[in-house]
Amino acid sequence: MSEIHAETVAFVRETMLPAEAPPAREAGAVKWLRENLFSGPVNTLLTLLGLGIIWFLVSHFWDWFAHSVWSANSLSECRQIIAETWGEGARGACFAVIRERWNQYVYGFYPSDLYWRPTLVFGLLFVALAPVLFSESRSLRRLILGLTTAVTLILLVALGTPVLWLIFAAAVTIGASVIAERHPLYLLIFSALYPLLGVWLLWGGSIWGVIMVLVGFGLGWGAWLVAARVSPMLSAVAAALVAMIWWIGFAGAAASDAQNLIPLGITPVDSDQFGGFLLSITIGVAGIALSLPLGIVLALARRSDMFLVTSLAVMFIEFIRGVPLITLLFVASLLLNYFLPPGTNFDIILRVIIMVTLFAAAYMAEVIRGGLAALPKGQYEAADALGLDYWKAQRLIILPQALKISIPGIVSTFIGMFKDTTLVTFVGLYDPLKSMSDAVRASTSWKGIYWEPYIFVGVIFFLICFGMSRYSMYLERRLARDHR
Amino acid sequence: MSEAITRKIDRSHMEVSDEVAIDIRAMNKWYGTFHVLRDINLTVHKGERIVIAGPSGSGKSTLIRCINRLEEHQSGHIVVDNVELTSDIKNIDKVRSEVGMVFQHFNLFPHLTVLENCTLAPIWVRKVPKKQAEATAMQFLEKVKIPEQAHKYPGQLSGGQQQRVAIARSLCMQPKIMLFDEPTSALDPEMIKEVLDTMIELAEEGMTMLCVTHEMGFAQAVANRVIFMDQGQIVEQNNPHDFFNNPQSERTKLFLSQILGH
Repeated sequence: MSEIHAETVAFVRETMLPAEAPPAREAGAVKWLRENLFSGPVNTLLTLLGLGIIWFLVSHFWDWFAHSVWSANSLSECRQIIAETWGEGARGACFAVIRERWNQYVYGFYPSDLYWRPTLVFGLLFVALAPVLFSESRSLRRLILGLTTAVTLILLVALGTPVLWLIFAAAVTIGASVIAERHPLYLLIFSALYPLLGVWLLWGGSIWGVIMVLVGFGLGWGAWLVAARVSPMLSAVAAALVAMIWWIGFAGAAASDAQNLIPLGITPVDSDQFGGFLLSITIGVAGIALSLPLGIVLALARRSDMFLVTSLAVMFIEFIRGVPLITLLFVASLLLNYFLPPGTNFDIILRVIIMVTLFAAAYMAEVIRGGLAALPKGQYEAADALGLDYWKAQRLIILPQALKISIPGIVSTFIGMFKDTTLVTFVGLYDPLKSMSDAVRASTSWKGIYWEPYIFVGVIFFLICFGMSRYSMYLERRLARDHR
Repeated sequence: MSEAITRKIDRSHMEVSDEVAIDIRAMNKWYGTFHVLRDINLTVHKGERIVIAGPSGSGKSTLIRCINRLEEHQSGHIVVDNVELTSDIKNIDKVRSEVGMVFQHFNLFPHLTVLENCTLAPIWVRKVPKKQAEATAMQFLEKVKIPEQAHKYPGQLSGGQQQRVAIARSLCMQPKIMLFDEPTSALDPEMIKEVLDTMIELAEEGMTMLCVTHEMGFAQAVANRVIFMDQGQIVEQNNPHDFFNNPQSERTKLFLSQILGH
């Protein structure tokens, strides 16, 4: 070819070289081991040390796990079984407590004939989330909805759900699976209605309360349409004001009148009957759903040009971040009652949700502010130069990019908040980790059991948090646009 | 350095009308205490193609960024298409929807496809139906010769292609005036030509253009007026022939000898 030319000073390439495959190295596994575990003396030493630590831990705990008992009615029975099977003095875990107290861990003190209600709400949560979380992948949506339909219906039958509700559950889940194939966007209507449906099913009571809340949204929307002709800023204020006036002033009376006229409702369940994972997930899901929008608003407010808006946002964020969550929870449970008019019954779970949301929103705002600051100034300028107004520029250009950058931080905040729901034990609610385990231990049959409930609760928390973390990684990959 | 413009320019549609497109009177701007723009007076008629040249830091970019209020001026008047720029947001949005801008670093929206970049503002600002906006966008993408990239993301395109998308994005708003802020400064020499060609075509169609650029070949071939700025002031303006062959001010002579003299 051109070897002769290459050795002379004046060089002209006559043929361009075609691209070739990279040279093949050793086989996969050996190469991986050599590159990652034994690439040098230090790495080899660290690998051996790591293996040693793993061996030390496993050898200590293996017996305990291997000897575990899953079926017994009390701790003493557990110990007896272990002693009989593995000999006197053998150690073993007694996971039978989880089997025996499963319902208590999951549903708290919820009436056992109504267990189907939280189960249905949990199943429908996935139907509501599918179009939001998996908007771009039909196959994932199909998988999630299919699994949800099957598992929810089986559980509902097993829990003895009334026939009418069983039909309702089947209609919603199967209907959603069918609609998702053709018009996934229609599912968002269900996602929007889900919070109200969920609250009603969990706490029960008259359906009119839910309907009156919906009427408030309708009135707010009407006010929006009317005021939008004057100015967009005014329409937001008008919508919020009209809805608020309706909810605070009239909705309660209207709901009770309607209930007197046409009684329509399901058995009410009190907040103090909630507990275990039902409580954690209720607070966690509500907090997550509410803190993200509030965090976005706070982040935008903090970067606003208007001095008053900025200083209010800064004061709020710095105050909330400067105070431990437990303090806020105490305020919610004790102090708030002093400020409210006597006789008002402000639900304790609602109060806790508000405090947890405010707490998470303050952190969320700072995470999102980081994302906003990371965007090049040119993006703002390009949006301005095209004539987009502030809100359109934020919604279409700035936030989609800023939120994408902030995904890891946002999900970390979600995970932190979900784990913090266990702190509600301090205001007398039955969280799964502390209060519920204490309640289990208080019975004579499980007195003295220590590690097993904690391990169980820890594993469930880990699974949920790990799920969130994996989802965030999936989302980051899906939104990656700079594939060059 | 300048790229030689070799093609023949079609001047049949390049008419300068009597109508005023931009009128700047006694305009001053400060960054803090730094006086960036000093007593700027400039009238641009419809159909004019103006090239603004000058050393870096002379205020050329700031001047054209004042025209669509990306920068705020502190005194004097700027009237664009009979709308005076004040702090009134309605006026600002009106001017911005009539004035297109092309940036040195393209500033495409990386999370949207090329087509979505082009249809976003027509749909949300002009309220054009989506189908119609897409048809218009494809027309302009064909005009800048990259219709086949419509469904790619900006990150997958070369610099020259990105800048042409940015030009198409501005044109989709059917602007009356186009501002170019050093559109070729971030590009490789091979890509500069494709962007300049697009700009020349635009000039041939009679677009009112203000270009901040170091491409003196472009200025000679297309501009009807060249403005030279230094230290925040307009030092000299003239038609390109006289500007390049018979500069009056010493500062202009020095600048031209540095930029052309090798």
